[in-house]
Amino acid sequence: MADLLTFTSSSIYCAAANVHIDPWKPVDFAIITHAHSDHAKPGCKHYLAHKHSESILKLRLGENISLQTVEYGEKFSINGVQFSLHPAGHVIGSAQIRVEYKGEVWVASGDYKVQDDHFSAAFEPVKCHTFITESTFGLPIYKWRPQHEVMTDIREWWKENQILGKASVLMGYALGKMQRMVKNLQPFDNKVFAHGAIFNVNERLRAAGFDLPYIPRVTADIDKKEYRGALILGTSSSLNTPWLKKFEPYSTGYCSGWMAVRGAKNRRSVDRGFVLSDHADWNELNWVIAETGAERVYVTHGYTDTFARWLNEKGIEAHEVKTKYGDEEEDVLPEEVAA
Amino acid sequence: MRRFTNLFLQLDRTTKTNEKVELLKAYFLSAPEEDKIWALALFTGRRPPRPVKSSQVQEWALEQAGIPQWLYRESYSSVGDMAETISLLLPASESTSEKTLNEWFRDFIAVAKKTDEEKKSFLINAWKTLSPYEIFVFNKLMMGSFRIGVSQTLVIRAVSEATNQEAAVVTHRVMGNWDPTETTFQELIHAENLADQHSKPYPFYLAYAIEDELDELGEPNEWFAEWKWDGIRAQLIYRNKELYIWSRGEELVTDKFPELHAFADFLPDGTVIDGEILCFSNERPLPFNVLQTRIGRKNVTKKILQEAPVALIAYDLLELNGADIRKQPQEFRRRELEKLYNNTQKQEAFRLSRLIDFKQWDDLKTLHKQSRENVAEGFMIKRKAAAYQTGRKKGDWWKWKVDPLSVDAVLIYAQKGSGRRAELYTDYTFAVWDQGKLIPFAKAYSGLTDAEIRRVDHFVKNNTIEKFGPVRTVKPKLVFEIGFEGINASTRHKSGIAVRFPRMLRWREDKPVEEADTLDNLRQILSQYR
Repeated sequence: MADLLTFTSSSIYCAAANVHIDPWKPVDFAIITHAHSDHAKPGCKHYLAHKHSESILKLRLGENISLQTVEYGEKFSINGVQFSLHPAGHVIGSAQIRVEYKGEVWVASGDYKVQDDHFSAAFEPVKCHTFITESTFGLPIYKWRPQHEVMTDIREWWKENQILGKASVLMGYALGKMQRMVKNLQPFDNKVFAHGAIFNVNERLRAAGFDLPYIPRVTADIDKKEYRGALILGTSSSLNTPWLKKFEPYSTGYCSGWMAVRGAKNRRSVDRGFVLSDHADWNELNWVIAETGAERVYVTHGYTDTFARWLNEKGIEAHEVKTKYGDEEEDVLPEEVAA
Repeated sequence: MRRFTNLFLQLDRTTKTNEKVELLKAYFLSAPEEDKIWALALFTGRRPPRPVKSSQVQEWALEQAGIPQWLYRESYSSVGDMAETISLLLPASESTSEKTLNEWFRDFIAVAKKTDEEKKSFLINAWKTLSPYEIFVFNKLMMGSFRIGVSQTLVIRAVSEATNQEAAVVTHRVMGNWDPTETTFQELIHAENLADQHSKPYPFYLAYAIEDELDELGEPNEWFAEWKWDGIRAQLIYRNKELYIWSRGEELVTDKFPELHAFADFLPDGTVIDGEILCFSNERPLPFNVLQTRIGRKNVTKKILQEAPVALIAYDLLELNGADIRKQPQEFRRRELEKLYNNTQKQEAFRLSRLIDFKQWDDLKTLHKQSRENVAEGFMIKRKAAAYQTGRKKGDWWKWKVDPLSVDAVLIYAQKGSGRRAELYTDYTFAVWDQGKLIPFAKAYSGLTDAEIRRVDHFVKNNTIEKFGPVRTVKPKLVFEIGFEGINASTRHKSGIAVRFPRMLRWREDKPVEEADTLDNLRQILSQYR
């Protein structure tokens, strides 16, 4: 029997249902794991995603796309193939796609993290025969601390900067990371502002009914004095740009899993690196794969060869797969995106 | 240890010199007396010998982390630092430790003499009491190349501010041979006239590369010009009937150069000469790689002494009859040096750096073109009225180097960098054409801007043909102009050629791969300049 899911030049493809998962080329029917731009590409005739992805997908792909949304765990079938979406814990609305046909179960997990970020629905392992996993942080050097500890570090850094009369410019990915910050740094003990790109995502989510506080955007007419002691949320690409000028004096903080390595932090010339990722760390990747009970694993974007070899040595059949995922900011080092 | 770890962490977070000095100063003002001497030793490159072999440290760490060798290597190539890689791989610690820096170092020294079993249990127990960042610093202390963007100059500034002494005085005091187990911070920094003071070199005066036109230096007759020699900068000291030779890297290299021991026979007591050590053959300086090979050898054999004897080309006199004459003008010091030279019987090993005869700057420009024929790197230009200063200073000493030799070569292998550049492909191997094949001839790391490095890195990731561990073979598509200072025949290299100080001068995006240079081009340069 042919594989239920195959890796084609345009997507993870289910031939039995004629459905594409996260295609990077336009197709007729696309199931989208989450709204990051390397997984949700424009131009498809029809999209299906979790309902919490709706607002951002429309913001990014166009208001008029044909989009069908489902709940987590809601089963639907196409050509006799049964599908359901399950929380991936990566960003708001992110889902693992469970595909079942004639008793065989595959799960395409997109991007995921195990730690509950208190905004996106928390990850749930799904039993399957074949599991498709990311491996962004698939090296044993990547081990995350509990989120609340990192948040404490960030609060302390912010406080310290307030004492020094500086603004705290905290940078990270606009969709996912920054809502996680907003959600978990509350209550704020000083003013908070957001970069336009973050503001747009936040407002979109607020309009869709998500519980986020209003955070004003940074605009040209705001008096510079307002920024003193404030927390400014910036995108990962605002690092070392003239946008930062108006906040002077300021300290920069950068949130990413890559900050675990000193070299990665120092090369970016940020004042502080906060190790916080929306991807699974080494232990989480291994835990998830064990939980799925999968006999076979396909490893997509990240340290694919390393992680596949590791799994094979542990007795789990694993293969490396080339996809176009992993071009997003959190997936690779930010500067590579800019290049 | 926590105080020192914290210092390390804070230093690592800032790139601002003044902040670093402040942090160091605060440390030297507040740390326990017995810790300060260790901190100073570390920052000035005087870490005691490794108590444990790094292969053992690695082996035991992997055992604790439960990962195989190959996975360690993958991890290392993403981190670029062994101490840090291990700190990230080890399981979380179980308790905390209150040991001071001094106590840890005393432990290191004690454990060095013990059995492997004892070393292993010492290490594992230590790791279990330290947080990941502490483990990183601990590993660095034990075995690191201890580099965290703190130069000796910064440390000296901090110590001089913390102890209210002139920087030059502190510089001199921390130079030379001292051992943190045998001296205290107090003795080293505050005490006058120690017995070991005799061995101490003066801080070297270093030149900047000349930026403007020569004419801007003013009147030619206010300046000396000498060839710039490509050897090892050294200070030769003769005090209290003892001879010491220091390299600029502050290494005592007396034993490496027995030919120079004859200086003890004719120098007056209290003499310090600044100059360059070079290998000679038939009155002609030999290229630097001859000297380099010789230094690399453990023992200086008879054969070496015959084939590549060294001499000191003297160009400055810093101490005369026991008096520090560095504040005297260059002209005076030169005259005294010449007197000293002329008063000694002809010595093979003692040579004088010749002053270049010139009236106009234009004369010098003409002569400069002959640098390579003279086995020189260009000119040193020194103001006749200048004092001998400390460290790299602008204004009175300038180096004017010849343009590097260069060829256009093709990028064929790439490897990730280390430290700051750990996850980018920044270390490249370049090849030239030979009968339709690309033959590797040089490795280069520097010369590109950060933006260019990112683009090359992106290219490497998308054009990999094969991976051999950390090295990737890439499609031969990119051409770079590779500059180098010297060229020599070599049996160790496939190309038969070794170049010195190769670096990327320019990314030749305009040049197709087929038009890159050939091995014959390199051989031609070799025959011209060897």
